[in-house]
Amino acid sequence: MTNSTNTALFNYVLGLADDALILGQRTSEWCSRGPFLEEDIALSNLALDYIGRARMFYQYAAQIQGMGKTEDDLAYFRDEREFTNLVINELPNFDFAFSIVRQYLLDVHACLYLEQLSNSKDQRLSEIAAKAIKETRYHLKRSETWVLQLGQGTEESAKRMQDALDELWGYTPELFISSEAELALSGEEGEASIAVNRESLRHLWLERVTAHMLTSGLVIPEQNWQVVGGRNGDHSEHLGHLLSEMQILQRSYPGLEW
Amino acid sequence: MSESGQAIFDRRIESEQKVEPKDWMPADYRKNLIRQMSQHAHSEVIGMQPEGNWISRAPTLKRKMVLLAKVQDEGGHGLYLYSATETLNATRDEMNEALHSGKAKYASIFNYPALSWADVGAIGWLVDGAAIVNQISLQSTSYGPYSRAMIRICKEESFHQRQGYEMMIVLANGTKEQKAMAQDALNRIWWPSLMMFGPHDSDSAHSGRSMQWKIKRRTNDELRQSFVDQTVPQIEFLGLEMPDPEIKWNEERGHYDFGEIDWDEFKRVISGDGPCNRDRIRHHKKAHDDGQWVRDALVAYQTKKSAASAA
Amino acid sequence: MKKNNDLYEVFLRSIRGVDHRHVGSLHADTPEQALTYARDCYTRRSEGVSIWVVKSCDITASQEQDAESFYDPMDDKPYRHASYYVLPDEVDNM
Repeated sequence: MTNSTNTALFNYVLGLADDALILGQRTSEWCSRGPFLEEDIALSNLALDYIGRARMFYQYAAQIQGMGKTEDDLAYFRDEREFTNLVINELPNFDFAFSIVRQYLLDVHACLYLEQLSNSKDQRLSEIAAKAIKETRYHLKRSETWVLQLGQGTEESAKRMQDALDELWGYTPELFISSEAELALSGEEGEASIAVNRESLRHLWLERVTAHMLTSGLVIPEQNWQVVGGRNGDHSEHLGHLLSEMQILQRSYPGLEW
Repeated sequence: MSESGQAIFDRRIESEQKVEPKDWMPADYRKNLIRQMSQHAHSEVIGMQPEGNWISRAPTLKRKMVLLAKVQDEGGHGLYLYSATETLNATRDEMNEALHSGKAKYASIFNYPALSWADVGAIGWLVDGAAIVNQISLQSTSYGPYSRAMIRICKEESFHQRQGYEMMIVLANGTKEQKAMAQDALNRIWWPSLMMFGPHDSDSAHSGRSMQWKIKRRTNDELRQSFVDQTVPQIEFLGLEMPDPEIKWNEERGHYDFGEIDWDEFKRVISGDGPCNRDRIRHHKKAHDDGQWVRDALVAYQTKKSAASAA
Repeated sequence: MKKNNDLYEVFLRSIRGVDHRHVGSLHADTPEQALTYARDCYTRRSEGVSIWVVKSCDITASQEQDAESFYDPMDDKPYRHASYYVLPDEVDNM
């Protein structure tokens, strides 16, 4: 593997790890705050799946980097400008509707994405994807049902869902922008590749989301604003707070066993 | 004349048979069970909060997963216990209301704050340790659904205490700061853990009836002694100082002696005057209130759906 | 009139204190009738002390094709088991 491919692969895997960790951290915030006990327990399972996924990606990233770092070094000792998760993952759980709509939009995306990643030329990535997609199919089943029920529930639930969708919509274009690393690791059209071509997922994603939102009585907003840049470390102000909380012990007492 | 419900019930209790939901049972037995079981369920659910307070700050990804899985388990155990209580015709809504109004109690230990990462270890080790002592004895409680829930819970909880203690080993063998953190957590959590077993047998309002009905199988003081006996060697192994200077092996009794619990504090905390009582209920009530629109929407959706399928 | 009477699933509690377990099914017209048939068909050798009957169509079952996404993700969570936490022999009895 050439040096530049190595760097690209490291950055690519790190981005996927950051996506999973940051959403897992956000989702774990629901623990003991769910709308009822059964859902509370289910949300923790969701968070556990994401944190588990993050660990697999970080471990692999550390291995690619080859500097003897651990998953925790990567998760706990980088600042917000160094985190490269997509911005949609870091937004706070404004209400249950917001978390559900975000999860749904990401689940549809992840299903498409992981399906392709499971064909990656990179064996480890294809293994992780094959494992993650099983979880994601289940997540999608859940979030799809929630969108339908809350979209068609009461006037209040429909309004909250629509507000969430309006608020989140501007963060979705970023799901389809390939980063530098991704471009470097993508093959020519029709050729086997390491990374997934994000652009190619846009059409199918939009089709599925639009159809389900229609069934659920929700309206796809106009795309008249967008926030992108997470992969370059351009984040919302929310991420810094999330990280300062998450990293507090490691930063206060660096280098210890826990 | 056929045998009275009371006589059948008495004979069942006498011969160690389980009482099942549709059996006749004395009104006070039912009431007593609802009180104890819902209190137990509330303890599990409120118990999610102190440890939950550290999920976002767990110092490694592995610890974060373990902690989240553990706190989730507490919720799961609350669920098993609520559903066992629902077999007695108490509804989840009624139980939630009783919790919010302060009518229903929960283990007073959860009214203490979890102030450092070591508290997470100490809670797993001591609080779950104390709970397991109690729950093992409750596996043979006379009410079938409660007993079966306890069996399931004990099986699942086996990891809780071990992960807590394992964390304490790491801290006790770590840096000066980590060891101090572990000692401080032990010192703060020790006494409230002993209080978890409730008042002395001689002062326990519900103990007599509950023992007679075999809802409870061992007395508060017996259980507390078992806990102290099993825990002291574990403190020694960690190389931490005893949290109570009066802890001493008593050859004659074959047990460890220990100091007297501050019963005034116990009563204060139980009756609402602990460091976190208001926070715990506010947190639970807020989650419940914030979820109202979600629950309403589910009902509305189902209503619409069944109307549509009937049409 | 419908062609066939309903299918019911039968659950028996073999002795007091244990859970009801599924033992089989039968056809009946009403729940009450299902209960008496269950008694005649499934407890001829004192197999039970309590019977539940549930209409088969009221049972929602997980689907075989969902098994991968339902159960596989639970296989990689060793930290939910006590044996994951290695303790020294002196304190290994918890």
